[in-house]
Amino acid sequence: MSIEFRSVSKRFDDGTLAVENFELTIPSRSITVLVGSSGCGKTTLLRMVNRMVDPTSGSILIDGDDIANRPPVALRRSIGYVMQNSGLLPHRKVVDNVATVPRLNGVSKSESRARALELLDTVGLDRSLADRYPNQLSGGQQQRVGVARGLAADPNILLMDEPFGAVDPIVRTELQRETLRLQRDLDKTVVFVTHDIDEAFLLGDQVVILQKGGIIAQKGTPAEILAAPANDFVAEFVGADRGKRALHVVSVDGRDVLVDSDGRPAGRLVPAPDKAEALTASGAPAAQGERAS
Amino acid sequence: MNLFLDAFGWLFAPEQWTGADSIPERIGQHLFFTVIAFVIASIIAIPLGYLIGHTGKGREVAVAISGAARALPSFGLILLLVILVGVLQIGPSVTAALVILAIPSILAGAYAGLESVDRRTIDAARSVGMTEWQILTKVEIPLGLPLLISGLRSGLLQIVATATLAAYVGLGGLGFDILQGIQTRNYPQTLGGAIVVVVLALLLDALFGLLEHFAVPKGVRGARGGRIASEAKAPIEAQKAGGVAQGVSAAGR
Repeated sequence: MSIEFRSVSKRFDDGTLAVENFELTIPSRSITVLVGSSGCGKTTLLRMVNRMVDPTSGSILIDGDDIANRPPVALRRSIGYVMQNSGLLPHRKVVDNVATVPRLNGVSKSESRARALELLDTVGLDRSLADRYPNQLSGGQQQRVGVARGLAADPNILLMDEPFGAVDPIVRTELQRETLRLQRDLDKTVVFVTHDIDEAFLLGDQVVILQKGGIIAQKGTPAEILAAPANDFVAEFVGADRGKRALHVVSVDGRDVLVDSDGRPAGRLVPAPDKAEALTASGAPAAQGERAS
Repeated sequence: MNLFLDAFGWLFAPEQWTGADSIPERIGQHLFFTVIAFVIASIIAIPLGYLIGHTGKGREVAVAISGAARALPSFGLILLLVILVGVLQIGPSVTAALVILAIPSILAGAYAGLESVDRRTIDAARSVGMTEWQILTKVEIPLGLPLLISGLRSGLLQIVATATLAAYVGLGGLGFDILQGIQTRNYPQTLGGAIVVVVLALLLDALFGLLEHFAVPKGVRGARGGRIASEAKAPIEAQKAGGVAQGVSAAGR
């Protein structure tokens, strides 16, 4: 389930050019994060994949087939979609929200309910919440329900549009970890949009940094981007030359300790024979040494 | 105060409650016109309002026409239609006038109901693969129902109050007593008739108030949905209050 953008451009009715000649291949069974400041076209690109937005020119291919030939409604039902503020239907119970897409696809009520309850387990929600309404849940719980709904029809592709943008930092960290765990278990093709570079580096196998107008400033694994920022924009955006990303080695009692640019210890340098290879292959975030106390 | 006592005296006199031209019969005539006009107005205004609310198109036109229609003097409209359509078609003319007067409120309730639904909720429904029809029937209509009923409520009150005027063109109803009372200087009868109209209007209003309450979807009850709903409701409520006053005062002319 790879997704391919071929010289995609989008000009909105008001004349704004959101993206121009965008080229990108999103590999299957991995997380690709589109990251950039607001107005860089990342959400537009995401919404083109399920035809919520149609490109003005160019084409988008899923497994080699142009999606322009697929009816939008059928296409959307085959693709999971998770958005900020969960987008749950306020008048439907949690379980019915999760079962929305299977129900639309004609799956029987009892079968979709059973599937929805399983999915609540999958996303780490207690089944006792099934008969609550969305506004009786916390923001973090609502986002979990949103993820469960996105997974309900067992789609190969999952689109996530700043799903954790509106929850508090502690819950966000928890949800990010859960996302990684889910991806390990479910192995979907995930396209994730965020403006938070830390989130991008944490989740992305492939990270695509976008500039205004959907121009790709750099793409690669987090490690590749950190190791060699393509230009000043990227260096500035990822903060490669400052803060907790700019580490240097200080020797303390004969041991190597990594210290960030503010002089705070970030970790200890330990030998890790297989890690370097793993970094470029799976894109695990760089500089995750043991935390020094 | 004497007038009120006399009015109640007239109201509770046994002869008003049995036989031809009794109050129950007048109420029946009154409700007959009311229900027919209400149903026709709803059949026209609800689909139109939903079309406007769902597509977002034609809103300005609808607001302008509704605004203009609300300013129509009801008495004048009835007389105009009777003259235009012909004296032999009094029933249909009066019904048409009542329909025209009720449409703006119902139309506003229908499209305001749809507009009150959070755009993000609709966007989400579309994103997961609902068809436009499913978005309308499964999301917009259930969430917009309280405002629609609020619109129906004020439209109905407008009709009940204005149907009083049907008596002027010889169609009976509760306006008959008001009119006859004025003509024969039997003011207790006039006031008694007016009281019956008011009570009928209040009963229907209470009924629809109850419906409106129960139409609020369970998951939306409480602070969050309520704020948006009450903001959008303000113009309809204002219209409703004006409607009854206008109808009753027109009847008293």
